[in-house]
Amino acid sequence: MLKRLTLALLVSLSLGVASVHAESLELLNVSYDPTRELYRAVNTAFTANYKAATGTDLTIRQSHGGSGTQARSVIDGLEADVVTLAMWPDTNAIAKSGLIPADWTTKLPNNSLPYTSTIVFVVRKGNPKGIRDWADVVKDGVEIVTPNPKTSGNGKLSFLAAWGSVTQRGGSDAEALAFVKKLYEHTPVLDLGARAATTTFVQKKIGDVHLAWENEAHLEVEEANGAVEIVYPPISFFAEPHVAVVSKNAERRGTAAAAKAYLEFLYTPEGQEIIAKHFYRPTNPEILAKYRSTFPEMQLFKIDAVAKSWEDSSAKYFGDGGLFDSFYKPKK
Amino acid sequence: MNDVNRRILPGFGLSLGYTMLYLNFMIAVPMAAGFWKASSLSLDDFTQAAFSDRALAAYWLTLWTSFVSAIVNVVFGGLVAWVLVRYEFPFKKLFDSLVDFPFALPTAVAGLVFGSLLVEGGWYGRFLVPLGIEGAYSRLGIVIVLVFIGFPFVVRTLQPVLESLERDVEEAAACLGANRFATFMRVLLPSITPAVITGFALAFARSLGEYGSVVFISGNMPYKTEIAPVLVVNRLEEFAYAEAAAIACVLLSISFVTLLAINLLERWSARHHG
Repeated sequence: MLKRLTLALLVSLSLGVASVHAESLELLNVSYDPTRELYRAVNTAFTANYKAATGTDLTIRQSHGGSGTQARSVIDGLEADVVTLAMWPDTNAIAKSGLIPADWTTKLPNNSLPYTSTIVFVVRKGNPKGIRDWADVVKDGVEIVTPNPKTSGNGKLSFLAAWGSVTQRGGSDAEALAFVKKLYEHTPVLDLGARAATTTFVQKKIGDVHLAWENEAHLEVEEANGAVEIVYPPISFFAEPHVAVVSKNAERRGTAAAAKAYLEFLYTPEGQEIIAKHFYRPTNPEILAKYRSTFPEMQLFKIDAVAKSWEDSSAKYFGDGGLFDSFYKPKK
Repeated sequence: MNDVNRRILPGFGLSLGYTMLYLNFMIAVPMAAGFWKASSLSLDDFTQAAFSDRALAAYWLTLWTSFVSAIVNVVFGGLVAWVLVRYEFPFKKLFDSLVDFPFALPTAVAGLVFGSLLVEGGWYGRFLVPLGIEGAYSRLGIVIVLVFIGFPFVVRTLQPVLESLERDVEEAAACLGANRFATFMRVLLPSITPAVITGFALAFARSLGEYGSVVFISGNMPYKTEIAPVLVVNRLEEFAYAEAAAIACVLLSISFVTLLAINLLERWSARHHG
């Protein structure tokens, strides 16, 4: 009797689970640190749209952390349906592991870039050191805060922005090297990640200029209650935080269609508006024009201006024994 | 009736089996996995990854800051343990429970808090920095957080031993004509030496592996304030798993050798003083 009851219970339970499955889906978006607020807003908007369009209850979970660390988690088995990471090499490392097809950048519009970003300066209120351009950050008595390029995407982009600020204006590689070397001589602390560098600059009040992600810079100004302000350098790096469906995971979990729709939503006018409101530069030209006052025009250069490819830049600048390491090698 | 179980508690086989299984799954296998990962490197690559100048500087920094902080803890932690055991004063229970605080606090928080206190405008820093004492983003800063982290290990190891000391022994020493210094050196010290060494060892070993607090206060400057675990993170960021594992293996070996040496020292001291 008892056995039969248990069996009935089990059967009804499993049926229950199955029927719930038919109408609800769960997506995991593995992203990097500063996108937390952006995706919270995107998820709320998208789940409502998706429910209206398909009748499916969608739950989207978010995971945030250092971009490289997040990529490794996905490679090592974290079941992400989509990845929205900071740096091309991180997404590409996942592609190399076979979870994403090799031609992944062609799967979504605009080279899989729903938004872009850049590196700007955050300075103390009133800009007491008069920092306007890259040459100003290495003036005597100016201290710089930027994270370690070896461990942080923000750090890598700051390095490349500084490098390109010389070479894009006609400077030689040797001059760029001298400039970047000087920049790190003015950097008293190498935090390991973007958020830690923000803490150093805002809470501990170390340094005169913080080389930050544009969207982080806006949050920083908000949090510091006006004790810091943003300066847009005339030239900086064009950061491309690509997005991709982790197709191996999504196909196995039956979430491929929802995952694709989720990322495509980022390109819709509604998605682009949310993106702009969170201080990422929308790739839709109309929306960008609408928010032009938030995103002043700057001369932005891409990775191909400073290296043959991301792999090349990793080896040349940031790899073990690369240029960055050479700055710190003690003279014998 | 002749099959009498002589053991007082039942279940020896089960509990031993469980212990072995646990130690294997939780400790031995993960450690072996680290060495396995590193073994995919050739000897040259291993040497290059694990014994570069920069890595050597980092190991050395980790070792000596751990050593100095453990010594500081033995002296001041010993003093605190003595006071907590021997004297009665208001709010003693409160102070006693404060000792455990570093156990409970996430170490990253400790690093952030000490960092904020010691920077130029911080509560400590505004007095110390004008004197030329740079606590934040320096080697001194590393020692300070390691002292904080290791402190309860020394106090909690010494306390029970000090409690078990009979005052009569000291009185007897005094009656026999020993002065206070001699009483301390020849009566008290020998009986607490094994506990002092154990406390030192625990604080030292804990400091060797510390990461969270140090990265927030050291500034992570290569060759100057960069500890070895940061190098592991560096290599992981390059997706260089094997190289990262190589550095981890060296760290594991250092910890193992240190623990072994300290164990031998403990035994020696137990034989000679106990």
